[in-house]
Amino acid sequence: MTDTIAATVAPGAAGDDVGEARSLTQDAWRSLKKNKMFWISVALIGVFVLMAIWPSLFTSKDPGFGDINNVRATPSAEHWFGTDTQGYDIYARTIYGARASIIVGILASLTTLLLGGVLGVLAGFYGGWLDALLSRITDIFYAIPLILGGILFMASFPNGANSNYFVVVGKVVLVLTVFGWPTIARLMRSSVLQVKPNEYVLAARALGASPWRIIRSHILPNALAPAIVVATINLGVFIVVEATLSFLGIGLTPPAISWGVAISDALNAIRTYPHILLFPSLFLSLAVLAFILLGDAVRDAFDPKSR
Amino acid sequence: MGKYIVRRLLQMIPVILGATFIIFAMVFALPGDPTVGKCGERPCSAEYVAKFREEHNLNDPLVVQYGKYLGKFVQGDLGTNYYGIPVKEDLAQRYTITGRLALMAIAFEAVIGILAGVLAGVRKGRFIDNLVTVSTLFVISIPVFVIGVFLQYLFGIKWGIFPATVPSLDAPTSSLILPAFVLGSLSIAYVARLTRTNLVENLRSDYVRTAKAKGLTKNRAVGVHTLRNSLIPVVTFIGADFGGLLGGAIVTERIFNIQGVGGYIWRGINSRDGVAVVSTVTVLVIVYLLVNLLVDLLYGVLDPRISHD
Repeated sequence: MTDTIAATVAPGAAGDDVGEARSLTQDAWRSLKKNKMFWISVALIGVFVLMAIWPSLFTSKDPGFGDINNVRATPSAEHWFGTDTQGYDIYARTIYGARASIIVGILASLTTLLLGGVLGVLAGFYGGWLDALLSRITDIFYAIPLILGGILFMASFPNGANSNYFVVVGKVVLVLTVFGWPTIARLMRSSVLQVKPNEYVLAARALGASPWRIIRSHILPNALAPAIVVATINLGVFIVVEATLSFLGIGLTPPAISWGVAISDALNAIRTYPHILLFPSLFLSLAVLAFILLGDAVRDAFDPKSR
Repeated sequence: MGKYIVRRLLQMIPVILGATFIIFAMVFALPGDPTVGKCGERPCSAEYVAKFREEHNLNDPLVVQYGKYLGKFVQGDLGTNYYGIPVKEDLAQRYTITGRLALMAIAFEAVIGILAGVLAGVRKGRFIDNLVTVSTLFVISIPVFVIGVFLQYLFGIKWGIFPATVPSLDAPTSSLILPAFVLGSLSIAYVARLTRTNLVENLRSDYVRTAKAKGLTKNRAVGVHTLRNSLIPVVTFIGADFGGLLGGAIVTERIFNIQGVGGYIWRGINSRDGVAVVSTVTVLVIVYLLVNLLVDLLYGVLDPRISHD
């Protein structure tokens, strides 16, 4: 990094970097490319996403086939991770379980980013009574802890035995969105407030740019980074919350296959058959870890202070 | 200062109203009939059902119910639950044990978290730093309930160091150590990371260099000058986390069979006991907001440049 700066400031120094104007995003990308952690987390996430889209690529076994003659078997050539209490193949269940967690995590992160982002930008940019109103609404939802809100909501609208898979998953995404957006909204509001007084925003306004244009081409590019970082880290948090709700028996419910459901089933047998618990926990933790590492790497890239 | 506190307390009112209304609406939507199973094996008589619904205002529309509830709440009457026991009595007992649990968890956060963060931050890039960074990541990526059940098995059942469950309401403090550690485990990791990041950032600043140049010992430069500034975000986090702890207690209390607030909310939800749930959560929200106010006031102590005049 230092030699690039030196090349830019030294007048007349030959080199491609001289005079090249790089935006914050390009700058961040350059430092991301060199970060080993970034590539490790991207690779891990890639595998998990592939697992979620196309599970049969990883296993030919049917996750819904329970062999009750062969329950709680330890890992073997036939069943790589062994079988669980119902005689299901744990490897197949773990692979197929990725889908629920990844969908819940990604969708909930996107919706909280969208909802929190829009409300945060509106509050920060327009200020006045709109800010006061939106900030109080944010406070209201912020005051209800995520787990508590999730438990109440899922208990109020429980899953039936024949509920559609997407309805079950959608409900979890909805509750995570409803109680998860205030963090992003607060963050977005404060970073918009930081960007707003800058000269280039004033200049754009003086030139007669519409509010929408100012937000889109001046405010957003400079204020979005922290929110994206937190949304990425939250993705891991949402996966954990989904598992916690499933542990309490009200998140995803069988016949949906998910890591949370598998873990909560396995916890009953922790004393006698710990291997049933190990594999779904391991995959869940790896997925959470991958998103946290990705968020950390992106934060470091966008934060000049940490370089 | 006084003016600031009054303004903050006034701002709290709409937040409390809004949050309790959301909770109230969700509890109102709970499926099922609260009178089911109240009369033993046979169905309840129509008269009893009518009386029950009348007593608990179940025939009114949602907003009217909420208004009636609020009217009583303001006068300090938290209502009676569907078993006829005043919620206030129940809550007083249950908040005692959950409060102890949460305070112990915060103590763990503050002591272990800050200590680990300082050790890692001061020796950045060395073995202890890597150990703290990796182990906190490890803790963050494992769900709390897995950690809880696992530690309960290891310490409570296999080695028998701590009691595996906490059956009684007036449990000795020693039996709460393990649950409090589990409850606080995630936050311990966050506090350690947050302390480390802030310490590392502040250690590079000019005033630390000046302090060192003046000949201050490293302990004093870190302990007095840097740590105090680095702790502001940490204190904010611990304060904001208090509400999360009370919510997370639902999971921890279920694992260790503690008869606290979490268990009370859980039972209230399952028995469709609206008054019990709403009152418990309202108290929880108020406690949470007050703690956050306290945290904001603490800023002034940590950093004299911040004033609330």
